[in-house]
Amino acid sequence: MDVPVWRGHRAGQHMDIRLTAEDGYQAERSYSIASAPENDRVELVVERLDDGEVSPYLTDELRVGDGLELRGPVGGWFAWDAEEGGPLLLVAGGSGIAPLMAMVRHREAAGSDTPVRLLYSSRSYPEIIFRGELETLAAGDGTLEVVHTLTRSRPEGWSGYDRRIDAEMLREVAYQPEERPLAFVCGPTPLVETVATALVELGHDPARVKTERFGPTGG
Amino acid sequence: MGRGFISRGFRGRRREPEGTSERVPPGQYLVDGFPVLSAGPTPRTPLSDWSFTIEGEVDGPQKWSWEEFQALPSERLTRDIHCVTKWSKLDTTWEGVSVDTLLEGVETAAGYVLAYSDGGYTTNLPLEEVTGGKAWIAHTYEGEPLAPEHGGPARLLVPHLYFWKSAKWVRGLRLMNGDEPGFWESLGYHNFGDPWREQRYWGD
Amino acid sequence: MDEHRLDGNATAGILEEVFAFEITTARAACVQCGATGEVGAQMAYVTEIGTVLRCSSCDSPLIRIVRQDENPRRYWLDLKGVDYLQFQ
Repeated sequence: MDVPVWRGHRAGQHMDIRLTAEDGYQAERSYSIASAPENDRVELVVERLDDGEVSPYLTDELRVGDGLELRGPVGGWFAWDAEEGGPLLLVAGGSGIAPLMAMVRHREAAGSDTPVRLLYSSRSYPEIIFRGELETLAAGDGTLEVVHTLTRSRPEGWSGYDRRIDAEMLREVAYQPEERPLAFVCGPTPLVETVATALVELGHDPARVKTERFGPTGG
Repeated sequence: MGRGFISRGFRGRRREPEGTSERVPPGQYLVDGFPVLSAGPTPRTPLSDWSFTIEGEVDGPQKWSWEEFQALPSERLTRDIHCVTKWSKLDTTWEGVSVDTLLEGVETAAGYVLAYSDGGYTTNLPLEEVTGGKAWIAHTYEGEPLAPEHGGPARLLVPHLYFWKSAKWVRGLRLMNGDEPGFWESLGYHNFGDPWREQRYWGD
Repeated sequence: MDEHRLDGNATAGILEEVFAFEITTARAACVQCGATGEVGAQMAYVTEIGTVLRCSSCDSPLIRIVRQDENPRRYWLDLKGVDYLQFQ
């Protein structure tokens, strides 16, 4: 979307969207910004929940030319600038990829060679958001590694991880605690809590593990 | 309203079935689900540790364990409930012990109560708003034990007032001579909270 | 696991309506237990009735805020749960 007076964001920040019906009824939700700060247009990832109140409106009803009322960008705690360095450990579940994608894209746009490893959990191969872009970025950049795990179904010949992220998987994939990575974990609350707990138990500094729980309304 | 920005084509999940509009207080919308609004972590008090207390300006405090509480006469009731955040739900079914039952034999000159809950939540009411068949300590919702996220094992139920007064995870009532604003009443929400007079905030 | 609790960062939207600076990276000292940490690292309960930021060490309410949207537009902000807020 184009945002006329957008003041620019940092990779990882989110915005709050408010919908108002003709009779004044309102609903509000937060969405992480998936686009890089260097990008003119602002991109969000919206996962359509069948019984959702806001997501079906955004995915089914909203048309080019419509207005959206928003607040933000906000949330500078869960943000990363290339100057901060790393290495960067990014762990995403489903649409939790959004703020982490902003970080990956920002790193690319800034020409940074900070090592980054993304561990990304999705239900199935076709449901991997930004799959092609991540593949392309990783292929062209030796310092960006993407590891997928598919929890519900796998394509023929899949040799990658096939289960929910757990401590064992993190032990294999994450940087060593001595490398003092900056970790950002985003997605459904159970995944975030499992990962954050496991990283601390593996010896990572809790102050360097930042979490963004999506809560029951996602996004 | 004149709010300004309207989201074209947005309606939300509400619906208003035929013949119910007189049961819906001003400014409210009907919902199908049962929204959960949390101000803190969901307590998980084991029933073996649970008790309910009547204390404060009374001759003798009363306390019931879960077993003792379950042995008290219980009522089934169907009520409409109204949240200050504008959702209303009609014909909700509950089972619980009437506060009148809990106050039987309790001598008091107190005019107010403070309901207090696991996790520190409090809400205040005039004593007369929880007596005379207006309030229950509810343990069953829609025929099932009350779920923790909705206040289980037991919550205060005062359906004639905005639902923030129906304190989740309630553990006791403190009878008091003076009124003392509770968790939300001390932060902008109306001291009394009558949905029919739209008493949402201070000064309403 | 409490699915209704979020990270302190989720309070950014409502709190930035009343604070002039970045609140999520401010350090807060809990009056109840003395723990200090960034607002973003605490626990947040964000709903239509109000927002409560709780200490991630002891669950004590650090900051509470209620916003009335209209007739009139008003905020109530309770900071009694923090000894201080330190901003950079």
